[in-house]
Amino acid sequence: MPRERASIRDTRYLPVAAVSAMSLVYALLGAFMLFNALANWRRRTQVGALANAGFWGLLGVVVVAADWLPLAVVGVAVIVAAGIAASGHMRALSADPSRADPAMGLALETAAIDAPVVGTSPARAPAATVTLGDRIFIPALLIPAITVAGVFGFKAAGRAGYALVNTQQATLLALAVACVVAAGVASVMTRSGPRTALVEGGRLLDAIGWAAILPLLLAMLGSVFAETGVGDVVAELMRAWVPTESRLACVLAYALGMALFTMLMGNAFAAFPVLTAGIGLPLLVAQHGADAASLAAIGMLSGYCGTLLTPMAANYNLVPAALLELPDRYGVIRAQVATALPLLACNIALMYFIPFRGT
Amino acid sequence: MNLWPLVGVLVVIAGFALRLNPMGVVVAAAIATALAVGTTPLATLELVGDAFAKNRFLAIFVLALPVIGLLERHGLREQAERWVTRLRGATAGRVLIAYHALRQIGAAVGLTSIGGHAQTVRPLLAPMVEGAAKRRLGQLPEPLRMHLRAMSAATDNVALFFGEDIFIAFGAVLLMQAFFAGNGIVLEPLAIALWGIPTAVCAFGIHALRLRRLDRRIAELAPAADREDPSPEPVDPTADAARARVDP
Repeated sequence: MPRERASIRDTRYLPVAAVSAMSLVYALLGAFMLFNALANWRRRTQVGALANAGFWGLLGVVVVAADWLPLAVVGVAVIVAAGIAASGHMRALSADPSRADPAMGLALETAAIDAPVVGTSPARAPAATVTLGDRIFIPALLIPAITVAGVFGFKAAGRAGYALVNTQQATLLALAVACVVAAGVASVMTRSGPRTALVEGGRLLDAIGWAAILPLLLAMLGSVFAETGVGDVVAELMRAWVPTESRLACVLAYALGMALFTMLMGNAFAAFPVLTAGIGLPLLVAQHGADAASLAAIGMLSGYCGTLLTPMAANYNLVPAALLELPDRYGVIRAQVATALPLLACNIALMYFIPFRGT
Repeated sequence: MNLWPLVGVLVVIAGFALRLNPMGVVVAAAIATALAVGTTPLATLELVGDAFAKNRFLAIFVLALPVIGLLERHGLREQAERWVTRLRGATAGRVLIAYHALRQIGAAVGLTSIGGHAQTVRPLLAPMVEGAAKRRLGQLPEPLRMHLRAMSAATDNVALFFGEDIFIAFGAVLLMQAFFAGNGIVLEPLAIALWGIPTAVCAFGIHALRLRRLDRRIAELAPAADREDPSPEPVDPTADAARARVDP
């Protein structure tokens, strides 16, 4: 495996400022995970707390330090963390509404916050909003507002010659800035300290658990698949089965192949080059005379139907199930099936007609 | 043909089918694939570590959790539920259709960051949808509540996926253009983006139909006397009343 990562700091590709800004974001992210690890360590007598502490501790360290640690060490840490998750010992402790956890200093602190409004009730207190009312939406809406503004700001700066960051990083940096600003505003509005925000964030992080990290691992699996040529084997297998003289068969193979392969890889971007090189270009464009632009667009969107159906697309399908505390890990996917399948059928029909409208 | 690279695919399918812990399944599949094609153990570890380092950005959403957690502690979700009951005519389905339209149009003009599961769906959208349904039904049966939450997440996904592809500067569009350029076919990003529109329209139509059906199902659950807001949609007499109310 070539150490391509070295190129991350290569100024030919990215301005140094962008790299250090992203490092700062990762440092922030890792620090939050480490804070949560510490919070779990402090209540280690509870079932599951120790597993939580180990998981977030390990990941916090590698999220901060992945650029400096030897890659093999990062790999070992990731595998150990995955082992902790697979052991089934992690628990959503702080999601417990009783919150009777003096070891954290949490009960004390939150009681102090709520005291003026709802007395000493340690439970989540809707009554507190009586004072805030609709203003409580302000910090929540600040996140998208600042993110969007930040993206435009970074891009405008780029056009003006101050190329701070590339497009993808612009969004990530803007989101990070937005989260920090919104947390500050929320802390002021609710008259609580940043520590309370971190404790409450940790509660959510524990509730999501390992699913928060799953997207990274699935992306990792995607690159391993790409590296080892899984896609080429699949495309070759499919080509061996498709009666290439039939336009319908080729359309079906490309659209269904995109959906299926996206389900395997969890990502239509990974499926697109493989299936288009294997089926789209040689069979549909070269042999049947399809228009490449519309074929590509509809092919990619057929892949997106697969994204709606697969646990491999964890950040879209499994993370929200955890975030929304659904009892069924696959609940979001189940809710999407009845949209994804008719839509895939629509895509097949569109692909059969639109790219061939001139022929 | 060398079929060894497919070992990992089999591990993934078996693991998800058996509902094993996905973390373990994914790491096992990666290691199995790498070893099956003859990568050394050390190189396999480096492959895992390198991919993790490169994909760390996928966890950035975690940074939104402190502010969301803090606001939830101060009743953000309850306030969202209350807020929606002030809208006349708001139903679970209509709230979701409106959100879908907004989210998809936003994504189509490049504003993909106006939504998100951590920032919008959990703290705002799902409570609003639940609140709208509660106004109709009073206390929600637990399976329905979970189904409404799942539909909130699903709506965000569908709207985002089939909106963002219309934006010409979106990664997927540029990826397609770059792929074809590499194969000697020059394409206009605009042409690719525009041909995403038919599917985008279908996606909105199909999903909106489902959301209206969701409203009808909720209306059927409501005791007849409580229907303060008669549903404008004609209730199909053959509708799946007998079927499980919240079949996913």
